[in-house]
Amino acid sequence: MSIEETKKEYKPLIVAFCCNWCSYAGADLAGTSRLSYPADVKIIRVPCSCRVNPLFILRAFQRGADGVIIAGCHPGDCHYTSGNYYARRRMTLLFSMLDYLGIERARTRVEWISAAEGVKFSTTMNEFAKTIHELGENKKLEDLRCKELLK
Amino acid sequence: MSSLHKIGVFVCWCGSNIAATVDVAAVAEAMRAEPNVVYATDYQYMCSEGGQSRIREAIKEYGLTGVVICSCSPRMHEATFRKAAQSAGLNPYMVEIANIREHCSWIHKDRMDATAKAIVLARTALAKLNLNQPLTAGESNVVKRALVIGGGIAGIQSALDIAEAGYEVDIVEKTPTIGGRMAQLDKTFPTLDCAACILTPKMVDAAQNEKITLYTYSEMESVSGFVGNFTAKIRKKARHVNEDLCTGCGLCQEKCPSRKAKNEFNMGLNTRTAIYIPFAQAIPNVPVIDTEQCIHFKTGKCGLCQMNCSAKAIDFEQQDEIIERQYGAIVVATGFRPISLERFDEFGYSQNPDVVTSLEFERIMNAAGPTKGQLVRPSDGKHPHCIVFVQCVGSRDTSGCGKPYCSKICCMYTAKHAMLVREKYPDVEVHVFYIDVRTPGKNFDEFYRRAVEQYDVDYIKGMVGKVSSHGDKLQVQGSDLIADKQIIIDADMVVLAAAIEPDPEVRKIATMLTASIDTNNFLTEAHPKLRPVESPTAGVFLSGVCQGPKDIPETVAQASAAAAKVIGLLAKDKLKRNPCVAHSDEMLCNGCSACEKVCPYGAISYMDKEFRVPGPKRTEIRRIAVVNEAVCQGCGACTVTCPSGAMDLKGFSTKQIMAEVDAICR
Amino acid sequence: MQRVIEIIKEKAGKLLADGTVDRVIGWKDGEFFYDPTPAVFSAGELENLRYDSFCGANVSKYLIAETKKEGKILALLKPCDTYSFNELVKEHRVDRDKVYVLGIECRGKADINKIRDLGIKGIESIEELPGDELLVHTIYGDKTCKLNDVLLEKCLCCKSKTHVASDDLALTGEPMPEAPKDRFAMVAKLEMMTPDERFEFWRGELSRCIRCNACRNVCPACSCLKCVFDNDASGVASKANADTFEENMFHIIRAFHVAGRCTDCGECSRVCPQHIPLHLLNRKFIKDINEFYGEYQAGADTTSRGPLTDYTPDDVEPSIVMKRGGDQ
Repeated sequence: MSIEETKKEYKPLIVAFCCNWCSYAGADLAGTSRLSYPADVKIIRVPCSCRVNPLFILRAFQRGADGVIIAGCHPGDCHYTSGNYYARRRMTLLFSMLDYLGIERARTRVEWISAAEGVKFSTTMNEFAKTIHELGENKKLEDLRCKELLK
Repeated sequence: MSSLHKIGVFVCWCGSNIAATVDVAAVAEAMRAEPNVVYATDYQYMCSEGGQSRIREAIKEYGLTGVVICSCSPRMHEATFRKAAQSAGLNPYMVEIANIREHCSWIHKDRMDATAKAIVLARTALAKLNLNQPLTAGESNVVKRALVIGGGIAGIQSALDIAEAGYEVDIVEKTPTIGGRMAQLDKTFPTLDCAACILTPKMVDAAQNEKITLYTYSEMESVSGFVGNFTAKIRKKARHVNEDLCTGCGLCQEKCPSRKAKNEFNMGLNTRTAIYIPFAQAIPNVPVIDTEQCIHFKTGKCGLCQMNCSAKAIDFEQQDEIIERQYGAIVVATGFRPISLERFDEFGYSQNPDVVTSLEFERIMNAAGPTKGQLVRPSDGKHPHCIVFVQCVGSRDTSGCGKPYCSKICCMYTAKHAMLVREKYPDVEVHVFYIDVRTPGKNFDEFYRRAVEQYDVDYIKGMVGKVSSHGDKLQVQGSDLIADKQIIIDADMVVLAAAIEPDPEVRKIATMLTASIDTNNFLTEAHPKLRPVESPTAGVFLSGVCQGPKDIPETVAQASAAAAKVIGLLAKDKLKRNPCVAHSDEMLCNGCSACEKVCPYGAISYMDKEFRVPGPKRTEIRRIAVVNEAVCQGCGACTVTCPSGAMDLKGFSTKQIMAEVDAICR
Repeated sequence: MQRVIEIIKEKAGKLLADGTVDRVIGWKDGEFFYDPTPAVFSAGELENLRYDSFCGANVSKYLIAETKKEGKILALLKPCDTYSFNELVKEHRVDRDKVYVLGIECRGKADINKIRDLGIKGIESIEELPGDELLVHTIYGDKTCKLNDVLLEKCLCCKSKTHVASDDLALTGEPMPEAPKDRFAMVAKLEMMTPDERFEFWRGELSRCIRCNACRNVCPACSCLKCVFDNDASGVASKANADTFEENMFHIIRAFHVAGRCTDCGECSRVCPQHIPLHLLNRKFIKDINEFYGEYQAGADTTSRGPLTDYTPDDVEPSIVMKRGGDQ
């Protein structure tokens, strides 16, 4: 793919952190069920949503991600009993802080997706990708100087 | 480190599953250009023997230090590929999977897009692999002994099954005898055989089994350690009767002048002596002195029991004893109790002695009970002519007074009581108020129908609003929802099917074991469907009502299931541990205790350690976190809580995940 | 009426003399008259001890190192400092048994810049007058101003005049100044702006950051043996701002690491040489925590679980952020 081509159509970059037990399995089920969602979504497997450090999210934005989504087991269903409860508090506060700094709220999201919810996984990713597509490039957080150099 | 890596990349076609959408050759070619990649290929079915042998051969031929496999989900074949790598001498944790089937080829239609994404996913796996460390699953020994907390039917059954398999088992029971709630029952549904007849032989079996040690009148003091290696402290309370000397003759009980204590076994319907054996078939058949009632303990006088004991078994000086033992597995079988009905004023339970709970009724009907099995009213000893049973007292109650759940056993035992009354005393009128009658179970509905059809028990759908005394009668006001009218019944006795709740002790025990508990104090399963007899805490198993309401057959089935799990665990000499566990860098740890607070397994403890600090021969003591790798399950909650980054997770380290992020966003 | 400093010196002198403590941590003269600096005093050195309207510095963090040493130390803690102290005790950073806390009266501390902002120039020294008034000696003659008009940002929102940890108190008994203003007013104002306005505001503030690490070094909650930003193995080590996002990252993560532990002592903003209102980041977390999980004051005690090491099954969902004020 040439640079011209990428310029023509904006392709957002979306990082999805999925917990191994529920949401990663939900993504697998979406695959098995052939429920499509944009190729812009790239999944990183973590043992539990509570393994997601705010550093990872900020780093993704810094390196040019346009949206970051964290998917974990439904509250009450965590494989490790309480991991997603801690994740929920951390992400609520972090997202609120990013909003406070003026970053578009819709760039970050948490969803609870069980291993049985292939449909939900695909719908969520489609929705999220659409939202990010509409928001356009993340100009507020990424490393602008790096971008300049690349051009 | 990473520059020394020699990495092989294997791209699977999965027949046409991947190859139809992803240009597998292009992925292999792109990966060949990546740093550290010395070999990249594609193959039809990587999971096949042919595919696996390619991995093995490449590892040997190219001296690979790591392998990336672009294939289906790691949840599918990670274990397969790790095994293949291991058989060729590579550490199994030096294998990373890029999921290009479920997360790519199956969901994308455009070949260009899918191929581009597959390359990104492969690079991401490579970026992680570059930072992988060989991991070795640690091993720990298994102490071949089990602890069962609770000596009711659940605990007895679990212990008998474990002992049967040849392992030592200790039962800790807080009351003076084993037997639990079942020992208090008269008959059991749906067969109506007598509870004592089927339970007491099991109690005897447990007592006589040389693999089983009974610690009755004993309580759990503390538990530490982890699966395979628990250390428990048991407080054996002073009975003031020497178990080895006592012959169980019962003379002390006959001579004891203090006879005012409420008889717990008979639910307080009569009294007992201060030195007592709870019931005739108690095991061990050794009395215990209730020091709060005993005249000797209160005034220093009396001592009649001691004077009359020819075996010289009475020992007023006896002290509590702490027993410390190692266990490989722990079964919790702490059982239940009926809820307190103090808050249910409408039934007048506290005001009227003829309003009784079902468990009290059970004792009244029992031939060894306070009335010798005669159905008489507790207030005046008269024979009742009309009995009203009320179901769901405190069950399925969202008002806050009772419990939101269904206690499950009440429908059946109420039918049993109604039937027994009608069988023995055909002159007694029996009414049952119910919300729903729930009788799933083998021969259960037939049993209930017999009560209605054969024994003419009057089942009324509706709730009781009020029970009040009118002369020597109890006026029961209730609603009949089917006839849609209010009804008043003049009854002689009212029997309340009180909800059951976990024994309150279970809270303390759950805390000791770091086993989780739900809002109703029932212990939580590791998985509600697939691991129903295991606690989320490894090595802790659940037996009986402590996990949720259940009847005797279900309790026994669960007890045996828990025993099977224990036997499976104790049969192992060593336990392989998950190597992807947390570890703390002691040079970075602040000792702040944040990680300990979020650890669901109690895997983190703290120690004071001496560190060298700058300056001539100076040291300082610092508090640092230590992870017990046998207990840690690898969730990573601690890693994010730790502000200094001292806590990290093997296999999912901060650097690895960061590298994945960077690779995706490259 | 005895002045606080006299009470402190008297009590400290006694405790040193009878051997209850071996050292005292308080303040001594700094580079300029308006920046007294924390210092440790032994018996016989107390004449250099200073306590006045400029002793805003929170000495509790120094106790981490001081309690590693032999003997017991007397710590002079203002009410707000005792919160930081409690938090450090809770986190096992300070050995409570090795500290004798003398809770000292605080009527609010003065900000030299605010005095200058009043148009007072050529300041040479400042004296305290009764009635919370300051007598400013300048090269142009004496001026006066009200302490209340020149309070440090952190004192404008004083959280308490009561000590939450103390072994003894040094109070004059004079009536205390009145209650402070709403500390979340500025946070709320920012919340009501549009995202672009907020972004511009923070870009303007945070881009001034020179990564001097003063905020980090002074913060009693930021007490890691080694900061992740200094640790090459962490993957995020950075000594300076390499790009336009770096300072965002640093300040967000720093605020996040102290979230639920920050007592809002305001030291970060006080010491920032670039005058970045860093406390507004911490206060945002505090405000959110209070709104989402119930009122929580870090350091109010030494046993409670912090909001980020706790949860309830029915906590709010992160999507609540989508539903809050401000235009999107």
